[in-house]
Amino acid sequence: MTATRFWNRRRREAGLGYLMLAPSLLVFSVFVFYPFLRNFYLGFFRTPPFPGLPQRYVGFDQYREVLTSSYFTNSMRVTVLFALLTVPTGIILGLLLAMLANQQLRGIGWYRTIFSSTVATSVAVASVIFGTLLNPQVGLLPWLGISTTPSILENPKYALLAVAVTTIWQNLGLSFIVMSSGLQAIPDEIIEASEVDGAGSGLRFFRVTLPLLSPTVFFAVVVGSIVAFQSFGQIDLLTQGGPLQKTNVLTYAIYTALRGEQNEGKAAVLSVALFLVTLVLTIAQMRILERRVHYGD
Amino acid sequence: MARVVLDHVTKRFGDVTAVDDLSLEVEDREFLVLLGPSGCGKSTALRMIAGLESLTEGRIAIGDRVVNDVEPKDRDIAMVFQSYALYPHMSVARNIEFPLRSRKVPEPERGPLVQEAARALGLTDLLDRKPAQVSGGQRQRVALARAIVRRPAAFLMDEPLSNLDAKLRVQTRAELIELQRRLDATVIYVTHDQVEAMTMGHRIAIMNDGVLQQVGPPQSVYERPANLFVARFIGAPPMNTIQGRVLGEGDDTVLATPGGRIPVPAGLGAAARTASTGEVVVGVRPEHLEVDPDGPLEAQVAVIESLGHERHVVCRIGDEPLVIVRQAADEPRPAEGSALRLRAAVDGIHLFDAATGARLEAQA
Repeated sequence: MTATRFWNRRRREAGLGYLMLAPSLLVFSVFVFYPFLRNFYLGFFRTPPFPGLPQRYVGFDQYREVLTSSYFTNSMRVTVLFALLTVPTGIILGLLLAMLANQQLRGIGWYRTIFSSTVATSVAVASVIFGTLLNPQVGLLPWLGISTTPSILENPKYALLAVAVTTIWQNLGLSFIVMSSGLQAIPDEIIEASEVDGAGSGLRFFRVTLPLLSPTVFFAVVVGSIVAFQSFGQIDLLTQGGPLQKTNVLTYAIYTALRGEQNEGKAAVLSVALFLVTLVLTIAQMRILERRVHYGD
Repeated sequence: MARVVLDHVTKRFGDVTAVDDLSLEVEDREFLVLLGPSGCGKSTALRMIAGLESLTEGRIAIGDRVVNDVEPKDRDIAMVFQSYALYPHMSVARNIEFPLRSRKVPEPERGPLVQEAARALGLTDLLDRKPAQVSGGQRQRVALARAIVRRPAAFLMDEPLSNLDAKLRVQTRAELIELQRRLDATVIYVTHDQVEAMTMGHRIAIMNDGVLQQVGPPQSVYERPANLFVARFIGAPPMNTIQGRVLGEGDDTVLATPGGRIPVPAGLGAAARTASTGEVVVGVRPEHLEVDPDGPLEAQVAVIESLGHERHVVCRIGDEPLVIVRQAADEPRPAEGSALRLRAAVDGIHLFDAATGARLEAQA
């Protein structure tokens, strides 16, 4: 009797719960779940060479084709390289600035404002700034008397590096803020205890500060990697994936497939690939990094 | 071990003077308690000794060395923080080991030292745990073990017992005293708890508003408080104080108070007459007041607090704040609301200048 009543109540409460979830589930379904599944489905159809012809169902053939093509493997390589260039450097620089600004000095507020200012800078603005700086005719380099031919953004050797530097600069404000908040969350007394205990600045940083900061660093690595894998604006504005596809990151490859080649099927497959790569990367980071991360009590 | 000397030390934060011209000598192997209410500057003073705050003026010496410009790590001190400040990501053993590691003690020597410190504080079974996995009392012991693992010139303790529950605090208090005696260590101990100060220190230094009020052995501070602040701060329950004025001469000297006239010896009368405005504050500790039908003071019983072994009869005298009479449990219990008369033991009367608060010493 009591058990029945218990289960009845549970069911009623579950119903109410779903009812309350309904609005967000609806929004997610329309804007996330359905497009996602639809995209996966689109990958099964080959886009006709000329508009107007019917699409052809090819099953996993298109997935196999695109994912083994040099277009995809090159794009993957560029994306990974781009993430490796931007994420660790961004975090280290952000941490360095945060440590500099985490001192009680006169006028430190100004420095904090300056350090975090790129948060208010959009990708477009950052790209225009660096595009101008690196311009071989009117930029900083000719002003310094450095001749760059071909221009850095058109040089296969340096183009990705230049885009990476732009990205690091643009993300530095956020990195600085995240690292600053992480540093401020470390109790002063623990740092003071380590000073009294005789730790020099090196030992203090590596044995006390960094381990206590590790949850923040972990967060920054995961989020930073996802952001790096999804970077688009700076590529579009600075190099359009060139030269010689040296900056053709996955997002830009998707964009080219869809807009340039008008190949919906290929773009869909590349999108699924980007999703899976990001997913695997994030799970891997969670597994590996979390083991070394200390969460305070 | 070493003595610690503070020589005219002042600390200002902007317009606020946290420590004002503090001079204090802590002897080698002494347990000195810095006592005062919160915000009195005692913790700032301790932090200046540790090197965690700079001095605005003055000089601090540890041993033979002036340490004003010496980094905390080079001062050869150990500190126990109120929050314990354990390294949460390190095991108990690693926490205790950290000061040795910082000072580059070779690895083979560290193990036995950690074991010894852990044994001294009963932590041997907890060495592999993280601080979050041990109780508050155990964390406190880990902080102590981390302090004693190296033999520093001085131990600085900033309210180390205030995060413990009452029972554990009493127990740990005794253990700390024992530890200090066993290590023969110089300890500077900050607390706002006068019971801790009375029971633990060889000497107590009482501070208020950044200014040192009195330094001395607990008993002498208790028996001869230098001013009204100390008189009211030391002792539980605190010293009773009532306003008074001296009248009469010689053997007829009396102190006129709102509760009646208290006859006092000529020496005390002479002392009272030195008060700058003629007004004095009469201080009597609760144990020096007794209920006596022939007593000079008229009082009304407000509340009676029973503590088992004794009771506190809280009375009102005139318009004055409450005064407390300490009674043994076997004395007759007065009724709440009843009127009674009180007598103060003659040698239990303290006099203070009402204007300056300074003690007025009985004259011979």
